[in-house]
Amino acid sequence: MTAQAEIERAEETETMTVREAIRMGLREELERDEDVYLMGEDVGKFGGVLEVTSGLWEEFGDERVRDTPISEAGFIGAATGAAATGTRPVAELMFSDFMGVSMEQIMNQMAKMRYMFGGKTEMPVTVRTTEGGGMGAASQHSGTVHTWIAHFPGLKAVAPGTAAAAKGLTKAAVRSDDPVFVFENKMIYEQQGEVPTDEEFTVPLGEAAVEREGEDVTVVATQRLVGESLQTADSLADDVSVEVIDARSLYPLDTETIAESVRKTGRLVVADESPLSYGVHAEIVSRVQEEAFFSLDAPIQRIGTPDTHMPFSPPLEQEVLPDGDDVREAIELIT
Amino acid sequence: MADYTLDTEEGRREALRRMLTIREFDSTAGDYFADGEIPGFVHLYIGEEAVGVGTCAALEPDDYIASTHRGHGHCIAKGLDPKLMMAELFGKQDGYCNGKGGSMHIADVDSGMLGANGIVGAGPPLATGAALSIDYDDREQVAVGFLGDGAVAQGQVHEAINLAATWDLPAVFVVENNHYGEGTPVEEQHNVDDLSDTAGAYDIPGVTVDGMDVTAVAEAIEEARKRARDGDGPTIVEAETYRYRGHYEGDEEPYRDEDEIEKWKEQDPIDRFSELLVDRGELTEEELEELRDEIETEIKEAVEYAQDAPLPDPSEAYEDMFAEMPPEIERFASQARADGGSLGGDRR
Repeated sequence: MTAQAEIERAEETETMTVREAIRMGLREELERDEDVYLMGEDVGKFGGVLEVTSGLWEEFGDERVRDTPISEAGFIGAATGAAATGTRPVAELMFSDFMGVSMEQIMNQMAKMRYMFGGKTEMPVTVRTTEGGGMGAASQHSGTVHTWIAHFPGLKAVAPGTAAAAKGLTKAAVRSDDPVFVFENKMIYEQQGEVPTDEEFTVPLGEAAVEREGEDVTVVATQRLVGESLQTADSLADDVSVEVIDARSLYPLDTETIAESVRKTGRLVVADESPLSYGVHAEIVSRVQEEAFFSLDAPIQRIGTPDTHMPFSPPLEQEVLPDGDDVREAIELIT
Repeated sequence: MADYTLDTEEGRREALRRMLTIREFDSTAGDYFADGEIPGFVHLYIGEEAVGVGTCAALEPDDYIASTHRGHGHCIAKGLDPKLMMAELFGKQDGYCNGKGGSMHIADVDSGMLGANGIVGAGPPLATGAALSIDYDDREQVAVGFLGDGAVAQGQVHEAINLAATWDLPAVFVVENNHYGEGTPVEEQHNVDDLSDTAGAYDIPGVTVDGMDVTAVAEAIEEARKRARDGDGPTIVEAETYRYRGHYEGDEEPYRDEDEIEKWKEQDPIDRFSELLVDRGELTEEELEELRDEIETEIKEAVEYAQDAPLPDPSEAYEDMFAEMPPEIERFASQARADGGSLGGDRR
């Protein structure tokens, strides 16, 4: 479905930031289902270090919005055990770089319990975490690690690029009986968009959105690069007609929407901030060559971080951080 | 009411029956592993029976346990069916996990058994999580996290106990000190004499009990359970016990000598408890023999059940990853390689 159609289908929308959209999604799910609660470092009184959960503690109290000790392995493990025993925790990992601290519980428990137990448990846990460079936050607070989770069997990964997707995917994650990781790019928390206010609005896991229709080249982007690609597409509109897709869900991935677009345009640029090697880019490229190889008129281009960590000093960070200009260069190269 | 309790004659006999069942189950599993009928690894609980049974005798049927690498004993103590356990060890469809878990992962969440665990120290965070669910829903249960002496050195164990302690969750952590973390003696892994001393770091009670005495274990757990239910948070109960077999079956055990093992066997938990019951006149030697025969037959039948049970269909490999199968897996599931053929052609 096109994003425009999704918005138009909604009876009412409001303009809000990505941060507000996520908060709205969390608030609605807390109101809807008493089994749902939030936990994480400083998510309560502090309101979340990047203020996503701000106000929710005042509204829902200590039981529903729980501050944890600084112990990712402990509280991610506890969220896993809790999800297996009848409640629906939503855990916040302050920065995705901290995921390493809790990786055992993620890889060997959360991801594997349903399978190892022959299907005899549900695992309705949501993990929200922040990603991305651009803040001068340096290597240990700027990582984009969603490939780890998208790659690992038994886990689902989503990475919204718009405010509407941010609300809809957050809600779908909370409602899912599977472990779902919501990767929020912290550079787009202030980005505004039209968001359906309907409490039943969700974005199903595994559905991409065509954010802009075009004829000459397809750009499949994620997170911050969705917005950057849309601006680039606008700036190139006189010369080339660019279709921009927000992949939104990394696993499962909407192969069909992407392949269908490439069958129409014959050209593909994949733009995702994660390091380039063995990444989300590679997976999208593989699927397109499996599904639409004979529709391709030019080599597929990949935009991402060039296998470096995110450096601190602004000129260094800007050097490695992919942006709309990189997308423009890639489009120009193949059209 | 608990399934069995050491407070009644009937309950004590049931505790003895479960300890004997664990011993017979595990020695039989060891034999079939040696014969090559059981694939993978097996880690036996022989010698430690009083800990699992003493703990579960003090629990209610719907309490949760999160187990360890050495989980068969916990399963039997919790009341799981040896037939379905053996079928799981044999990799059969009828096993507790449909052949997907094996010895290291037997689980039955409906029975409150949150899984044996292949990762040392991974169970306590899950127990803390189960205790969180209990607390959140105001249920009348507790969650027990079993861990070995080796796991006490794991970071996630500390985090789990700290979280349960700071949130006063209804959890109990049972350290089974069998004196070896895989092949390394406990003294070489920790600086404290008693592993329960670590409780001081969380400002919770820590007790060390004779883990070869089922009554002593049950009494300590009963108190810890009461404390947890009263909202006063977790307790660490260290049970000093001993692993008669190697870390895994086939372990040549260069790290210890036979004398040490024999010395511990003088304290055998099953002999001690059965002698106690005979001395008290609650059980005759004949009845004990009958009980042993009965259990031998039960485990024999469990093996026959496991041997006769069907292997899983290869297509089952694609099931149980998620609540619903995603297209990424479905494309393989539709062409399960039962015929040994390769995939190919248009897969999506």
